[in-house]
Amino acid sequence: MGQSREGSSLFTIFKYVTLVLALFVVLFPLYSIVTGAFKTQVEYYQSGLALPANLLNFDNFQKVFDIGKLGLGFRNIAIILVIAVAGNIMFGTMVAYALGRFDFKLKKGIMGMYLVAQVIPMVTTQVATFSVIKYFSLYNTMGAPIILYLGADVLQIVIYLQFVNSIPRDLDESAMMEGASLFKIYRSIIFPLLGPATATLVILKTISIYNDFYTPYLYMPSQKLKVVSTAIYAFVGPNAAQLNVISAGILIIFIPTVAIFLSMQKFIFAGVTSGAVK
Amino acid sequence: MHQFSYKTQRYLILFGFLTIPVLLSLTFSYYPAVSLLYYSLTDWSGLGWDMNFIGLDNYKEIFTKPEVFGALKNNAYYFIGGLIQVVFSLYFAVILTGKLRGRNGFRVILFLPYVLHSVATVIMFKNVYHVEYGSLNTLLGAIGLESWQQSWLGDKHLVNFSLAFISMWKYMGLNMVIFIGALQSIPDDLYEAGSIDGASGWQKFRFITLPSIRKVLELMLILTLTGALEAFDIPYVMLLGANDTSTFVIKTVDTAFKYQNFGLASAMAVVLLMMVLLFIVIQRKFLFKGGE
Repeated sequence: MGQSREGSSLFTIFKYVTLVLALFVVLFPLYSIVTGAFKTQVEYYQSGLALPANLLNFDNFQKVFDIGKLGLGFRNIAIILVIAVAGNIMFGTMVAYALGRFDFKLKKGIMGMYLVAQVIPMVTTQVATFSVIKYFSLYNTMGAPIILYLGADVLQIVIYLQFVNSIPRDLDESAMMEGASLFKIYRSIIFPLLGPATATLVILKTISIYNDFYTPYLYMPSQKLKVVSTAIYAFVGPNAAQLNVISAGILIIFIPTVAIFLSMQKFIFAGVTSGAVK
Repeated sequence: MHQFSYKTQRYLILFGFLTIPVLLSLTFSYYPAVSLLYYSLTDWSGLGWDMNFIGLDNYKEIFTKPEVFGALKNNAYYFIGGLIQVVFSLYFAVILTGKLRGRNGFRVILFLPYVLHSVATVIMFKNVYHVEYGSLNTLLGAIGLESWQQSWLGDKHLVNFSLAFISMWKYMGLNMVIFIGALQSIPDDLYEAGSIDGASGWQKFRFITLPSIRKVLELMLILTLTGALEAFDIPYVMLLGANDTSTFVIKTVDTAFKYQNFGLASAMAVVLLMMVLLFIVIQRKFLFKGGE
């Protein structure tokens, strides 16, 4: 008995040691970015890992916005996000309502279609998607990423369907007794009750669109259409900025998703977990 | 809509709600996949619409030129990194599902890298790996390990490990949270019964935990494999695939957009698609067996 307790307290120590190591590995690169962002160029090269001399030195941030076109990047990605996420949620809830509440011939086919589409790796088919985008004259417009982000994915449908199935059909039926149309049932009963799922999906979708590099890089090479991903990418090219200025840029770009994550962890963890259960 | 009978409304809803989403999926997932097959049999340059049908020549080129498949060697680093990462994420998921002070805080911090902007993350590591001023070499110097200092991105033998590490760093927390979800769905009485039978912690893990999360584990392994096959962002942003870090997708993208050979690039994409599908089919087969 005593021996096993000793063993378990040793294991507890081991657990904490490994956790602290993991925290260090996760936080160390972030530490160097955060401190680097506030250092002057000379300071960056000389002070090593020390804290910056002046914690209120915002020069690097100013430079990043001036040379990096980050302001433009944030503006463009905001426009794309609002339209794409709103459309995406609208279509996602509509598909889930249609598939969850009605039986019809093509139901299984449509479900299967979403499942198989998930399996097709997006990166590989871009060569052909490119010609579709060109055909619709969407190349070098914000329409290209928007339309590519618009479609519902299987994870979204699965999460929504779980919710739709948990809404009692009695609600629909009593609304029908009162003469509500099916559209009204979708709009006033189903859509609002999907709220928690929508919150999760809005967050996950926003993070994934904000982080996407490939789509804007391929379809919007124009300087005026820079988004955050492509703006920061310009920092590493031949005209690379100084390391301290780059650090400031990285820090700014990290902030929005970190803020979303920290304030809404519950929704994010819920979404990630239900994705795996499928 | 009130004036229509519910039967008519049902048709209107089904038609109205499903047409656009289905068309989107057909246009941007299925049509590209099918036309990819067609382009792969042509010599299309990607400019204009002139193309000649050349049969299986593109495929012959892929399978006879060693440098195309050679790129898969670099994908292997991401696969190995992914496997190590699955082990770590399972370990941390297990200890962060049990009773532990500060559990939620640890979960949040370990998950944090996943939400960070992907391109910015790679550039951050470019700073960390910098030979002279990078924080990694500075740290090693500060703790007296100068001999461990390396040219993390310059050394040909090291660079792919350095890149694969970024992928591990980014996705460990995500996999951990997925595992935590799976672990939490295991009923407690299984463990209680195990305790009554006198099972040790390791035995409980081996005979209760592992079998219960087998499906998620398999899914994770297949995602690791397909993710490694599709590795692109990290080596592309970091080095544009230079210094022998090109992965299969980088080769494909370069073939299409840099060398203007869409036909060959399409054939490469089809080969990759087939590999991914093959692994998924294998996994589904295994899954069905496991489900019995």
